[in-house]
Amino acid sequence: MSQTFDEISAQLRRRHRRSARLKWVSMGALGLAGLFLLWFFSDMLGKGLPAFQQAQIQVEIDYNEDAARMGRAALDRDLSRLVSRTFERMIPVQMRENPELLGSKETRWVLADSEVDQYLKGHRHKLNDAQRALVDELEAEGRVELRFNTTFFTTGDSKMPEASGILSAAVGTIMTMLVTLAIAFPIGVMTAVYLEEFAPDNRFTQAIEININNLAAIPSILFGLLGLAIFINFFGVPRSSPLVGGMTLALMTLPVIIIATRTALRSVPDAIRHAAFGVGCSRWQVVRDHVLPLAMPGIMTGSIIGLAQAMGETAPLIIVGMVAFIPDVSASLTEAATVLPAQVFTWAGEPEKAFVEKTAGGILVLLAILIFLNATAVILRKKFERRW
Amino acid sequence: MNRILTSRTFKTTAIAAAVMGMATVAHARDQIRIVGSSTVYPFASYVTEEFGAVTEYPTPVIESTGSGGGIRLFCNGVGEGTPDISNASRRIKAAELERCIENGVTDVTEVKIGSDGIVFAQSSTNESVDLTLEQLFLAVAAKVPGQGDKQGELIDNPYQKWSDIDASLPEREISIYGPPSTSGTRDAFEELVMEAVSEEIDGYGGEGYTDIRADGAYIDAGENDNLIVQRLTEDTDAFGIFGYSFLVENPNALIAADIDGVEAESEAISAGDYPIARSLFFYVKNQHADAVPPLYEYVDMFVSEMMIGEEGYLGDLGLIPLPEGEREQTREKVANRAALQVADL
Repeated sequence: MSQTFDEISAQLRRRHRRSARLKWVSMGALGLAGLFLLWFFSDMLGKGLPAFQQAQIQVEIDYNEDAARMGRAALDRDLSRLVSRTFERMIPVQMRENPELLGSKETRWVLADSEVDQYLKGHRHKLNDAQRALVDELEAEGRVELRFNTTFFTTGDSKMPEASGILSAAVGTIMTMLVTLAIAFPIGVMTAVYLEEFAPDNRFTQAIEININNLAAIPSILFGLLGLAIFINFFGVPRSSPLVGGMTLALMTLPVIIIATRTALRSVPDAIRHAAFGVGCSRWQVVRDHVLPLAMPGIMTGSIIGLAQAMGETAPLIIVGMVAFIPDVSASLTEAATVLPAQVFTWAGEPEKAFVEKTAGGILVLLAILIFLNATAVILRKKFERRW
Repeated sequence: MNRILTSRTFKTTAIAAAVMGMATVAHARDQIRIVGSSTVYPFASYVTEEFGAVTEYPTPVIESTGSGGGIRLFCNGVGEGTPDISNASRRIKAAELERCIENGVTDVTEVKIGSDGIVFAQSSTNESVDLTLEQLFLAVAAKVPGQGDKQGELIDNPYQKWSDIDASLPEREISIYGPPSTSGTRDAFEELVMEAVSEEIDGYGGEGYTDIRADGAYIDAGENDNLIVQRLTEDTDAFGIFGYSFLVENPNALIAADIDGVEAESEAISAGDYPIARSLFFYVKNQHADAVPPLYEYVDMFVSEMMIGEEGYLGDLGLIPLPEGEREQTREKVANRAALQVADL
């Protein structure tokens, strides 16, 4: 060694400085990512939280003869401009169904128009001076107030911001995901079991493996085009239905589940298989009773993450017609439906200012569900994970 | 090994069978299916919601596919899987109707519901401006007729500021947020502004010229008109091109430029004075009227005075009502279920 002590210590200092620099740079990157996340969350919370409150107004409903034709006539003339049209248009329908209402009066809290709501929340609104004065007066009397927005969770989409909700999209998402899971989970797990436990290692299976890995990275819109061509045009599955959406997303989720399952199966030590074969188990028994149960936590985690990914997907669903206007909540697999991210997309394009908070509110609900799903995946892994 | 293979094959077959089973269920339906223009979509979806709420029928399904895409789906044929109504922000073309008839869709009623204006607007912090169609064309075209020694030639658009086009215009950079080429608003803009002007002025040989400049002065702002509105409130020097309903929704934030001295407002557009306006339509497949019982109830509700009249609800959303006489004609056509002929176009 011809290096002197000084040279070596200088080199050491340089190396330490480098590693310190690397540490700071990577911490900076993390901090930056954290800042973006914080910014995004605070922006969404700031815009979205008001969506969970909605203005209600107390009115006297006079079921007179005019009201049977035109709902607006049941209300005081000035007040009727401040009440949601979704309420007014139901008055004639109610009077038709319950003829004994004619001539009676009733005082009730009803949904206020979105402009009143926006005015109370201090956002931009289109009320004129007289209407503003009236709302101020009603507020002083306690006849108009912001309440928890149950409508948002109990109705479907509406053209009137005050009456629009996410229930139909949430139900659509649940049904679509059920179809996705019902198709992708068994097929994906079975494929992985075959490839990992039964298939010989030859050119053919290697080609399949490469293709599966490639499929996982394909832009999702291509699966939409595939779904349109095969499921809708060839098999004639109803357009816009959760069935066709679920089948399309299943195509997308399949590779994710296959890859996760194979990794989970591979992590089960061969000693277990050998021991089972040693006591005379058949391959089927080895897989069913030993390998699959041990790999299950990993399979579940992978499937949940694949499902969460599919849940946030809109691009393939536009192609199969699931980005549609769906006010009714329907739990049928073959009727038209929409999903949460598609609902957010639809609201983002509406001209009314009040839809801004609905959009952000919808994003918050979607985020909450995704965080819940991912947390479940983490908990499953933590709880059942085994180290060998 | 054999057993596991059989069980897998069985599952796959079962799923395929289930899928085909669902697909073959065919019966008359109660739910109307509508496709078509994204411009008509906000109005049509308002009517569908109302229809679903006040009748015993389910809410019609409505998809925003664009006018051309909608008519293509509509003309695919008659029967269960095809739409009953197609919305359009332009009239159906003769070629499209011929394709319809070839595919057996022979009985189509045309329903005109109102007009829509395209506005050229800016942030309300600016002074209002008055543009001619030609000035607007010169600001967005890729090539314009040259001046001086380049007289008679087409040159790359040299105008960087509005005052370069005409000294009376403000001395601001030309910066225009507009719809991308997939949008119906862009189609209408190209037809009503670009083609109309280039056919009139020298240098284009009397042909419609629709190339929009790509040097950064015209900015594709995406299909979402809300984004354009947002950008205009931030970038106060810029102008934007979008549908009239977005101007109605942002009365304090935006002002529209007058075009050829006409203000962009409901009456001028309705009367046809405002030059960048188009009619909105929908097309009804009469052959479905028996299989889909609510079809004409929906159409009747749409053309009622409550919806498309002067004080109608769709007016609040930015639909510009037809003059009274034309509204009557529309209702008459609906009552007679008048079939559209290729010769009418």
